Amino acid sequence: MNTQGRKTTPDAVASDASPIATFTGNRALVHEEALIFEMDNPGVTGVDLEALPTSELRLGKLKPRASVGLPGLSEPQVVRHYTRLSQKNLGIDTTLYPLGSCTMKHNPRINEKLARLPGFGDIHPMQPESTVQGALELIDRLAYWLKTLTGMPAVAMSPAAGAHGELCGLLAIRSALAAKGEAHRKRVLVPESAHGTNPATAAFCGFTVDPIPAEDNGRVSVEAVKAKLGPDVACIMLTNPNTCGLFEPHVKEIADAVHAAGGYFYCDGANYNAIVGRVRPADLGVDAMHINLHKTFSTPHGGGGPGSGPVVLSEALAPYAPLPFVVHGKDGFHLVEHYGETELKPFGRLKGFHGQMGMFVRALAYMMSHGADGLRQASGDAVLNANYVLAQLSDVMTAPFGGPCMHEALFDDSFLKGTGVTTLDFAKAMIDEGFHPMTMYFPLVVHGAFLVEPTETESKQSLDQFVGTMRHLAEKAKAGDAAHFLAAPVYTPRRRLDETAAARKPVLRWTPPAPAHSQAAE
Amino acid sequence: MRYLPLTEADRREMLASIGAPSVDALFKDVPGHARLPGPIEGLPMHMGELQVERELSALAAKNVPAGSVPFFLGAGAYRHHVPASVDHMLLRGEFLTSYTPYQPEVSQGTLQYLFEFQTQVALLTGMDVANASMYDGATSCAEAVLMANRITRRTKAILSGGLHPHYRDVTRTNAEVLGFDIRLAPVDPTGTESLIAQIDEQTACVVVQNPTLFGHVADLTELAAACHAKGALLVVAVTEVVSLGLIDPPGAMGADIVVAEGQSIGNGLNFGGPYVGLFATREKFVRQMPGRLCGQTVDADGKRGFVLTLSTREQHIRREKATSNICTNSGLCALAFTIHLSLLGEAGFTGLSRLNHAKAVQLAGKLKGVPGVEIVNGGFFNEFTLRLKKNASEVVNELARRKILAGVPVSRFYPEDASVANLLLVAATETVTEADMDALAAGLKEVL
Repeated sequence: MNTQGRKTTPDAVASDASPIATFTGNRALVHEEALIFEMDNPGVTGVDLEALPTSELRLGKLKPRASVGLPGLSEPQVVRHYTRLSQKNLGIDTTLYPLGSCTMKHNPRINEKLARLPGFGDIHPMQPESTVQGALELIDRLAYWLKTLTGMPAVAMSPAAGAHGELCGLLAIRSALAAKGEAHRKRVLVPESAHGTNPATAAFCGFTVDPIPAEDNGRVSVEAVKAKLGPDVACIMLTNPNTCGLFEPHVKEIADAVHAAGGYFYCDGANYNAIVGRVRPADLGVDAMHINLHKTFSTPHGGGGPGSGPVVLSEALAPYAPLPFVVHGKDGFHLVEHYGETELKPFGRLKGFHGQMGMFVRALAYMMSHGADGLRQASGDAVLNANYVLAQLSDVMTAPFGGPCMHEALFDDSFLKGTGVTTLDFAKAMIDEGFHPMTMYFPLVVHGAFLVEPTETESKQSLDQFVGTMRHLAEKAKAGDAAHFLAAPVYTPRRRLDETAAARKPVLRWTPPAPAHSQAAE
Repeated sequence: MRYLPLTEADRREMLASIGAPSVDALFKDVPGHARLPGPIEGLPMHMGELQVERELSALAAKNVPAGSVPFFLGAGAYRHHVPASVDHMLLRGEFLTSYTPYQPEVSQGTLQYLFEFQTQVALLTGMDVANASMYDGATSCAEAVLMANRITRRTKAILSGGLHPHYRDVTRTNAEVLGFDIRLAPVDPTGTESLIAQIDEQTACVVVQNPTLFGHVADLTELAAACHAKGALLVVAVTEVVSLGLIDPPGAMGADIVVAEGQSIGNGLNFGGPYVGLFATREKFVRQMPGRLCGQTVDADGKRGFVLTLSTREQHIRREKATSNICTNSGLCALAFTIHLSLLGEAGFTGLSRLNHAKAVQLAGKLKGVPGVEIVNGGFFNEFTLRLKKNASEVVNELARRKILAGVPVSRFYPEDASVANLLLVAATETVTEADMDALAAGLKEVL
């Protein structure tokens, strides 16, 4: 068949491990890619529009804008640009992405398909209610799932992310206190291990933040909380399972103590994936908890959002849930958008329109796919996977708190002591091995933290490869091969980036290059 | 269960390796009373993809999609044509299933598009710098008022009567808990308010919208000068960013902070969310800005690359001293925005803007002759206000029964204000056809 001497086996030439310099700078599948602004072909466009029906302008006293300064590209150029950019990213679809606290689980594509149905994706938030009954029903049904799973009587659906949910919960608490004549309660207790959003949110609501020191066992002690309680305490913000990947065993006593002192219990639900379908936060004394639909219920993280953070509320806080909300009216579902329509006392409004509908569709599709049995299995597998990682690595890495853990395995950097390798260096070496690193340097209560959250959607084979890699790297570091780590990563489109330089003299946008004559003058 | 890869044999083997008798034993720290023995009651069991699709499709079918009828709604959310390639690109798993680019070496794709996005937003708004997105336009607006306070150390903010009521409400909710003095100017359907006399030495900022909720377009240069004369900032909200291809950007009129709803570019209506908040300001205020920022730098080999930067403003570093509590924002919606805007380019974007205006001019021409309809606006972009001789909400419901989605009655926002009961906001984007306009004109003739 091959009549022109075309070789069908590779020559036995010695391979050189060092990378060759290419003419283009590209490396086969990985392309160097300019900014779109550097590819400008003036006048070219990727969108063809119909002819103007009229050239008349009715802009009042305004004159039309002269120019915007956008580059011109055709559709194939744009498609290639973004395809190439995508190839410089890792995602869950590519590899194990054990970013602790973020719950990077598989994102089912049926969710995407359903969110794009015209009946969900192409409806306007201000359409007459009679034309969006299915949308309101979907919100109501998702609310039912969230309330049933958590055992809580009410849920505020509009918050757009976890931190936004925290804001919702704290504003509800603030209103409840004010209604009781206790607006003087301004202190919010926040354990040192909390996500940064917790103290930031408390400050955002005008509260002062009082940190609770961490215990040696990674938990919050009842005594430490009691020592901080007083007549000026508004609430505690407690993450459970906590950021060390542990369930707070005394959560109910803590809740009872806070309630006895006249405060509320805000639970950060970032780690709800560990207990969903098995434990109802209502049974732990929770007054408010946000649920990250983009974590526990698989809506895509999308490079940093959009998220969705509904907040379940206790009887005490339910009346203060923000506008708008869905109720069962006499002609079907009704959206309450104004104070005048309700006996309740909404604290206000958190965002435009009604909430993250696109995320609601995806989350409900995920819940229905799993069902009550599947969700229980999912949290069980998430916890099992994390404990497996913890057990398999505890002899070569250092786990400050032992097991069992919840859905995250936490290690500190003491196993790297004296190696010249830091947590950051270790993470970069993991990248060369094809993994997205875990969350590093968080929580702050352990030194050089590695917070590993594999999630339930990883297979045992995948975990075994990960564990094998981590063992190999830990042993390599201890064997004195720091150079390997300090050079890493080497197989990425870019090697380590200079963050200090970026912050010192920020370049936050592209600007046109200076004209040629001024360059010559330099 | 199709999303769970572990087999029963895997589970047994893993438990043995852990030294635990069962998965339930791993939950030993959970108080006994809270550990449920089986699946939570009151919920269905798992179901196949086909069944899920069947059930949720039935819910979707109960709604009337905008694309199925003559459609004229706007008021902060606009139906534009999104090219098919936008969705195909953002559905690539490397974009869809990644997260915040904490590890820049494996996130250059996300970081580069954020850098391009920030540049595009700066160009559209006429400002120096923009962040990597907020939740939506309304939350951006609230954050702008808080930022104005950080810059001026003043707590009074004046919100225009032409500002979208959700933006007014979200701003009040966020700012009043911090003790801000939020002044709401009277609702301004005619676009004739003047806020200049209210600006004083206690004013942190004035917030106006252009085009306004009622569709009026204005030159804000004089207002900006009046703000600056008193040491106050001008915050301009834009709910329809397509307008920025035809009317001068807030930056050119002297705005200090521009907040916008970016939904119109790349993002569908989605019943109100997720959308994408745009946030832009002047260079000198960048360290007071909320939200994520992507910056240019070099890697160890000296090659250009991108990282998240100035994170000392942010909650994960500064905790209670952060400029905002925002963490997850609207990354994928920002990607949709930036892809769509790249496809449009200069010619496409300014052309789209011009086409939207022309559609609205054409619609105004067709509605002018309808008895009982008065057009309130002199100038407008792609949306204007009608004064009807009947209650606008009833007219809209009547037209909905005739399969026409006619617009947004102002009473939907201000139910207790009788003076706006007959006002109807109508928008015409490039998606509206002449036949749709004729249907609306005919429908109004019948019901009025």
